[in-house]
Amino acid sequence: MAGVAVSTTINGDAVEYLCQPDETLLEVLRDRLGLTGAKEGCGTGDCGACSVIVDGRLVCSCLVLGAEAEGRKVETIEGMAHGDQLHPLQQKFLEHAALQCGVCTPGFLIAAKDLLEKNPSPTEEEIRFGLAGNLCRCTGYDKIVRAVQDAANVMKGA
Amino acid sequence: MRYIRPLSIEDAVGELAKAVGPAAILAGGSDLLVRMKGGFIEPELIVDIKRIDGLGDITETAEGFRIGAAVPCAVLGENKAVRKAWPGVVEAANLIGSKQVQGRCTITGNLCNASPAADSVPALVAAGAKAVVAGPSGKRTIAVETVPTGPGRTSLAKGEIIEAILLDKRPEHAGDAYLRFIPRTEMDIAVVSAGVNLTLDEHGAIKTARVALGAAAPTVLLVEEAGQVLVGSKLDEATLERLAKICSGACRPIDDKRGTIEFRRKVAGVLARRVAAIAYKRAGGK
Ligand SMILES: Cc1cc2nc3c(=O)[nH]c(=O)nc-3n(C[C@H](O)[C@H](O)[C@H](O)COP(=O)(O)OP(=O)(O)OC[C@H]3O[C@@H](n4cnc5c(N)ncnc54)[C@H](O)[C@@H]3O)c2cc1C
Ligand code: FES
Ligand code: FES
Repeated sequence: MAGVAVSTTINGDAVEYLCQPDETLLEVLRDRLGLTGAKEGCGTGDCGACSVIVDGRLVCSCLVLGAEAEGRKVETIEGMAHGDQLHPLQQKFLEHAALQCGVCTPGFLIAAKDLLEKNPSPTEEEIRFGLAGNLCRCTGYDKIVRAVQDAANVMKGA
Repeated sequence: MRYIRPLSIEDAVGELAKAVGPAAILAGGSDLLVRMKGGFIEPELIVDIKRIDGLGDITETAEGFRIGAAVPCAVLGENKAVRKAWPGVVEAANLIGSKQVQGRCTITGNLCNASPAADSVPALVAAGAKAVVAGPSGKRTIAVETVPTGPGRTSLAKGEIIEAILLDKRPEHAGDAYLRFIPRTEMDIAVVSAGVNLTLDEHGAIKTARVALGAAAPTVLLVEEAGQVLVGSKLDEATLERLAKICSGACRPIDDKRGTIEFRRKVAGVLARRVAAIAYKRAGGK
């Protein structure tokens, strides 16, 4: 298979890579670029552990080809904190103990960031619906929902 | 395997037409990539249609709306004009998958994947939507219900691509709606579903009606008799009862882990009633 040369932007940085035509964006991020924050839970769009934002749209990177990222803007969990300063969602996930094993956490954080950018004051129901594409086997979700609510309040005040 | 990203529909059609091995069109990839990973298809050529000029646009024309084949359902849901004119189509499209899937999936992909349970398809069929097909011998416009011919199969010939879905301009007093039955509230495949599209006369009586059922047969079903029974009525109890009977009778469902034949028949009737009532209310009927 001939490789595909891709130029894209990841977390604000220009990035170039060569990938196979059937390689997913998740595989490119993890195996070629060393960005291992996005996780592979299922590989079929069901669990959301691989969530990233492409041109302002939340997507599962396991269902995007690496080649499709040409000329796009990709945001991953690695770009969420500013240096040592955590994003309010990250801070609130810690404070509310909204993670245990942590495998689902990068996906939840990216999805929650996208949710709050589109709807800064979501109701509990909107949070639960908005995050329905993310599965967690550890927390039981309540702590995640509370962390997102608390982060929303902090972000509105900021 | 080769991945290409043509910029014109002519180039895309040309590449597909001359492809020797299996070729696949890539829109949002939410079916295609899952099937590739599962080993169900091994395309030698992938034609990504998202950079083709105009395919990512929703345009309002004198006749209605033209929804480009690469428009993700999330974008469709944010379009106020389409939402106002065709709330049933939009609510059906927005039921597909999660927020993540919405960012990628398209109604054209939903149609061409040809699942009997595809959520947007009953709503599109009820709406009388058309598909604009570009192919090696030119363009043609066909009714959406003629696209799927069986689970996973379509009437599209080699080299053909749907470039847009067309929805008519709405007259006054018109409404559509869609509901599916799933055991959860999110992220599940329809056990049965129904779409209804109505127009009313100035007295609130139903003038035209189209009823479609999902997951009730090998393809989404347009139940013409169900539409006919609604015409002239104001959705009185007796009419709703007849509608439910006709819909239950029209089903040719299967028994599987999601539901039995008997259950699907029953629920098809119940949903048709409920969806008709929502569409009637949206059309301004009382
Ligand atoms: C986690 C998850 C949840 C899902 N939930 C639902 C759900 O609730 N309801 C539901 O109905 N579906 C669901 N799906 C299935 C899928 O998301 C939908 O069918 C979606 O609409 C497919 O659109 P797409 O653009 O991603 O299609 P793609 O995967 O890009 O394409 C699907 C098929 O259509 C063909 N095709 C695409 N565009 C064209 C075109 N323009 N012309 C000709 N052929 C074309 C492709 O070659 C392929 O065979 C789900 C999928 C996932 C992964
Ligand atoms: S790994 Fe992508 S959704 Fe599960
Ligand atoms: S913390 Fe373990 S899966 Fe969510």
